[in-house]
Amino acid sequence: MNLLSYSAVELAAAIKEGKVTAVEAMEAVLSKIEETESKINAYVTIDKEAALAAAKAVQEKIETGVLTGPLAGVPVAIKDNLCTEGMLTTCASKILENFVPTFSAEAVINLEKAGAVIIGKTNMDEFAMGSTTETSAYGETKNPWNLEHVPGGSSGGSAAAVASNECFFALGSDTGGSIRQPASFCGVVGLKPTYGTVSRYGLIAYGSSLDQIGPLTKNVSDCATVLEVLATHDTKDSTSVKCEDTDFTSALVEDVSGMKIGIPRDYFGEGIDAEVKEAVLAAAKALEGKGAVVEEFDLSLVEYAIPTYYTIAAAEASSNLERFDGVKYGYRTSEFDGLHNMYKKTRSEGFGAEVKRRIMLGSFVLSSGYYDAYYLKALKVKAMIKKVFDDAFAKYDLILGPVAPTTAPKLGDSLSDPLKMYLGDIYTISVNLAGLPGISVPCGKDSKGLPIGLQLIADSFQEKKLIQTAYTYEKLRGAFGMED
Amino acid sequence: MANVISDETIDYVGILAKLALSDEEKEQAKADMGKMLDYIDKLGELDTTGIEPMSHVFPVQNVFREDVVTNGDLCDQTLKNAPGEKEHMFIVPMTV
Amino acid sequence: MAKQYETVIGLEVHVELATKTKIFCGCSTAFGGAPNTHTCPVCTGMPGTLPVLNKQVVNYALAVGLATNCEITQYCKFDRKNYFYPDNPQNYQISQLYLPICRNGHVEIETSEGKKAVGIHEIHMEEDAGKLIHDEWEDCSLVDYNRSGVPLIEIVSEPDMRSAEEVIAYLEKLRMTIQYLGASDCKLNEGSMRADVNLSVREVGAEQFGTRTEMKNLNSFRAITRAIENERERQIDLLESGQQVIQETRRWDDNKEYSYAMRSKEDAQDYRYFPDPDLVPVYISDEWLAEIKNSQPEFREEKMARYKKEFGIPEYDIGIITDSKHMADLFEETVAICHEPKKVSNWLMGETLRLLKEKSMDAEDIHFSPENLAKLVALVDSKAINSSVAKEVFEVMFEEDIDPEQYVEEKGLKTVNDEGALRKTIEEVIASNPQSVEDYRNGKEKAIGFLVGQTMKAMKGKADPGMVNQILKELL
Repeated sequence: MNLLSYSAVELAAAIKEGKVTAVEAMEAVLSKIEETESKINAYVTIDKEAALAAAKAVQEKIETGVLTGPLAGVPVAIKDNLCTEGMLTTCASKILENFVPTFSAEAVINLEKAGAVIIGKTNMDEFAMGSTTETSAYGETKNPWNLEHVPGGSSGGSAAAVASNECFFALGSDTGGSIRQPASFCGVVGLKPTYGTVSRYGLIAYGSSLDQIGPLTKNVSDCATVLEVLATHDTKDSTSVKCEDTDFTSALVEDVSGMKIGIPRDYFGEGIDAEVKEAVLAAAKALEGKGAVVEEFDLSLVEYAIPTYYTIAAAEASSNLERFDGVKYGYRTSEFDGLHNMYKKTRSEGFGAEVKRRIMLGSFVLSSGYYDAYYLKALKVKAMIKKVFDDAFAKYDLILGPVAPTTAPKLGDSLSDPLKMYLGDIYTISVNLAGLPGISVPCGKDSKGLPIGLQLIADSFQEKKLIQTAYTYEKLRGAFGMED
Repeated sequence: MANVISDETIDYVGILAKLALSDEEKEQAKADMGKMLDYIDKLGELDTTGIEPMSHVFPVQNVFREDVVTNGDLCDQTLKNAPGEKEHMFIVPMTV
Repeated sequence: MAKQYETVIGLEVHVELATKTKIFCGCSTAFGGAPNTHTCPVCTGMPGTLPVLNKQVVNYALAVGLATNCEITQYCKFDRKNYFYPDNPQNYQISQLYLPICRNGHVEIETSEGKKAVGIHEIHMEEDAGKLIHDEWEDCSLVDYNRSGVPLIEIVSEPDMRSAEEVIAYLEKLRMTIQYLGASDCKLNEGSMRADVNLSVREVGAEQFGTRTEMKNLNSFRAITRAIENERERQIDLLESGQQVIQETRRWDDNKEYSYAMRSKEDAQDYRYFPDPDLVPVYISDEWLAEIKNSQPEFREEKMARYKKEFGIPEYDIGIITDSKHMADLFEETVAICHEPKKVSNWLMGETLRLLKEKSMDAEDIHFSPENLAKLVALVDSKAINSSVAKEVFEVMFEEDIDPEQYVEEKGLKTVNDEGALRKTIEEVIASNPQSVEDYRNGKEKAIGFLVGQTMKAMKGKADPGMVNQILKELL
C-alpha cells in the first residue's frame, strides 16, 4: 500500500507498529509536494529541513514511548492564519510578508503535543476573506480535481493539500464556511466545531465572534481524532468553553437508527445546482435507509444570513485589522510623509482589494449615525437566526443540506462579482452566526467530475451526533477519491 | 441602486480605516459599498422590535484572570518583528 | 453694563489602578522599567492574541463605585474604541461605552462657599496606552508599551462644578476616597491620576450650557487652576467679540501657560464603538457586591471622628494625619504598639512633615515602619536618648528605616546617666569658662545656656539636658 494513501490514523498506527517512521512519512509527503506543488500551490511556506528535523525528534519520542497518541508522527499542514513560533505566518497578505510569530496558536501547540509534525503553512484567501483562495497575495491555489477550478476558500490551501496527499491532514479556520466549503470543493472532510470548542488564541482574527479552527481530513475517523486533540479549554481565550464530552472518537459508530434529521426546504430552492441537489438528497435517502428519521421542514430566515454575516464580519474585521499599521510588525511602506501618511500608504499597499472592501464596509457600518441601523440591526437578526435553529433542534438531532449551491467554480469566475461570490456562502454562514457545529462530507461528483459536499449541522456541542452520522454515511458511500 | 455613496463618505471612511484609495479604487469602492448596503438593507424587512442584540452566541460570562504576574521580560520578543527599532523602542514618524 | 458669566465644569478623571498586573495580561504594572520590558504579545497587539480580564480590576472599580454612591451595572460589557495612534498597539482601546460598570453617583465636596454634591455620570474600566518619547535629533518618536494595558478607571462627572476651587475640592475628595480604598496611589505628577477638564461659560441665569472644550495635559492642581482660569477668559473673550466657542480638544502647555487646539483632519473623532467580541460580559452578583461592600474601609470622615474620641489629639493634627491613608495607617499601627497617641502624632506633625517638605515627598512615600517609630518613642520615653539625639535618629530612620534601638546601641548614642561622670565634666566646664560663670553669678541668666551647651558638647550630646541644668545650678 502506498504510504500516501494512509489516513492520518492509519499512518500513526503504522508508525507505532514500527512499519514506517515519522521521517519516512515526512519524506514521502515532501517528495509528493515536490511533484505536485508547482501545479497546485497549496502552501505559502514550507520549511523542509525544520519539518524533517521535527519528524526525527518525534520519531525518537515515539520509540522511547513518550508519544503514544493517535497522531504521533503524522505530517500536518497549518493554515497560514494560525501563528507558528519561528515560522513565517502571513495570512496570505503582503502586510504580513515578513511576520514571524514568537508563539504558536493553542491549536498548533495541541497538535504538536500529540506528536503531529508541521510541514508548512497553507495558502488561503487573504485574512480568510474570500471563498476561492484567489485573494491570496501569493498566488491562487488550484483544485487538485481539476486545475482549472478553484479549491474553494478561504482554507483552500489546506483542502487542496489534503486532497492531493500533500499532507495527511490540515488545520483550517471557518468564519462563514471557510473549512466546509473548500472541503466540499476538494472532496475531503471538513468540520467547523461549536464556537468556543477550539481555542482561538493564536488564530489571526477575521470575525472574532464567528471564527473557529477545525480539521480538514481524508475521512471522518481522522476528523474525530484531530478534533479530540484540538478541543481543550484554554484560559488564554475568554470565549473558550470547557466542553464535557470530548471523546469524539467514541462516536465513530455505524448507527443512525432513530436519528432525527431535518432537511430545510429553503436550502433547495432557487440557485442550487440540480446535480448538487440530487447528490445531497440521495445521501439523505441512504441515511434514511439505515434507520434515520428524515423529514423536510421550513427553517426560514435563510436569505437574511448573508447580509447579517457580512455586516458583523466586516465590522469586526475592520477593527481586528487595525493593528496592521507598519509600526510593530509586518510590512511598512518605504516612503512616507508623517504618521498618518505612513498608516495609509502601508495599509493601502499591504492589503488586497477584497480585504480593503470589507474594511471599508465594516468601518462604515460602525460609523457614527449608522451603528444602530446596520450593526445593531444585524446583531438582532443574528439573535433571530439563532432562535430559528434552536426551534429546529427542538425537533431534530441534525439538519442536513448542501455545503454550497454549486461545485467548485472556474478560476477567475467569482472575483468579478463579489456579491455573487458572497451568495455562495448561503448554506454555511448561518451555522457560524448561530455558533453551531457543521461538517462537510463528500457525497458525490457532478458531471464535470468535481466533488459535491453534504453538510450536516448539529446543535451546539453535539459534535458527536455529527461524527456518528457522517461516519455512518461514509461507510454507506464507500471509498471516495479521484481514482474511484 | 438605493444607496448612493458620495465622494465625501468614501473619503471619510478612508480616514477612519486609514486607507488611501486611488480615484479608480474610489469609484469601485463607491459602487461596491452601495451594492452591499442595498443588500444589507434587506434586514430592514424584518421586525426586530424587542429583540436583544446578540454579540455573544452563548451566555458565557465572568471569565477572569487572577492578579498574578506571569510574564517576565519579553522585550526581545516584543521587538523581534519591528520594522524600525531604537533603544528597545519602536520607531514611528514624529507624532507631535 | 458688562455681562456676568458663569463657568460650567465637568471632569474626566483617569485613575491607574493598583493591581499587580495589567488589565488583560500577566505583565507587571510596576513603574519605571526599561522600555518594553513589561510587555508581552497581548499588550503589544500581536496578531492572534486575546485579552482575559483581571478580576481585581473589577473589584477596585466596584469599590470606587460604591464609595462614590454609584449604581452598579450588574451586567456590564467591554467595548472597543477604534482610533489609530502608535501608543495604542491594536489601534483600538478596550473600554466601556454602552454598559459602564458604575453610573449615577455623587460625592460631597466642601469649599469656602459651603458643602455641595458633585454628580458622577459614570465610571468605566479601560486600558492605558503606551508612552511616546520624542527623538528631536532623528525627527521621530519612539514607542514604549510598558504602560500599555495598565488598568484604568475613568470617572466622568456631571457638569456640576463652577470654579477651580470646586474642581480641586472634587479631585481631593476622589483622591482621598480612592487612596483609602487602596485602589490607586492617585499621584497627579506621576500620572496615576489624570484629569481632563470640560469647560464652558454661559451668562449668569442662562438655561442652556455653552459650547464646551476639553482640556488635556494637566499634571498638577496648579496647572488645573491656571488652565481653568485661562480657558474661562479665552471663551469669554471669544463671546464678547462676537465669535463662537468651537467644540474641540485643547492641550495645556504649563510652561507657556496657554492652551492650543489639537486639531487634525486625520482626527475624525468617530470611534466606532462596538462590543468587544473577544471578552465576555461581566455579571456582578448580589453576593459579589455584598462582599465588596463589606470590605470597604473606614473612610476619612469616620476616621476623624474616631480619632477625636479615641486618641484625644488636636483636630488640626487629625486633619493632617488622615489626609493620607498611609499616614493614618502608620499612626494607628504605631499607637497600637506604644499606646502614646500624642507623642506619635508629634513625630508625624513635626519631623515627618518637615522632612517630607524638605525632600518634596508625598505622605504616601513614607517608608519607615510603625515598629521602628514605636521603638523611637520608647527610647525617648525612657530617657535613654535625649530629644536632639532622637531627632538625629529619626532622620536616619526616615531615610533608611533603621531599627532605632540597634542604631543607638551601635553608635553609642545613649544618654549617660552616671551622675558622677556628669558632675566631673560639669566641674571641668565651670573651671574652663570663668567668664560665663562670672556673668551668671552677676545675674545674666542666659549665661547658663552657654554652659549647658559646652557640657553637652563635652558629653558628645549624650546627656540629659535637664540633669545638666540641675547640676550646673547646684554647683554654681
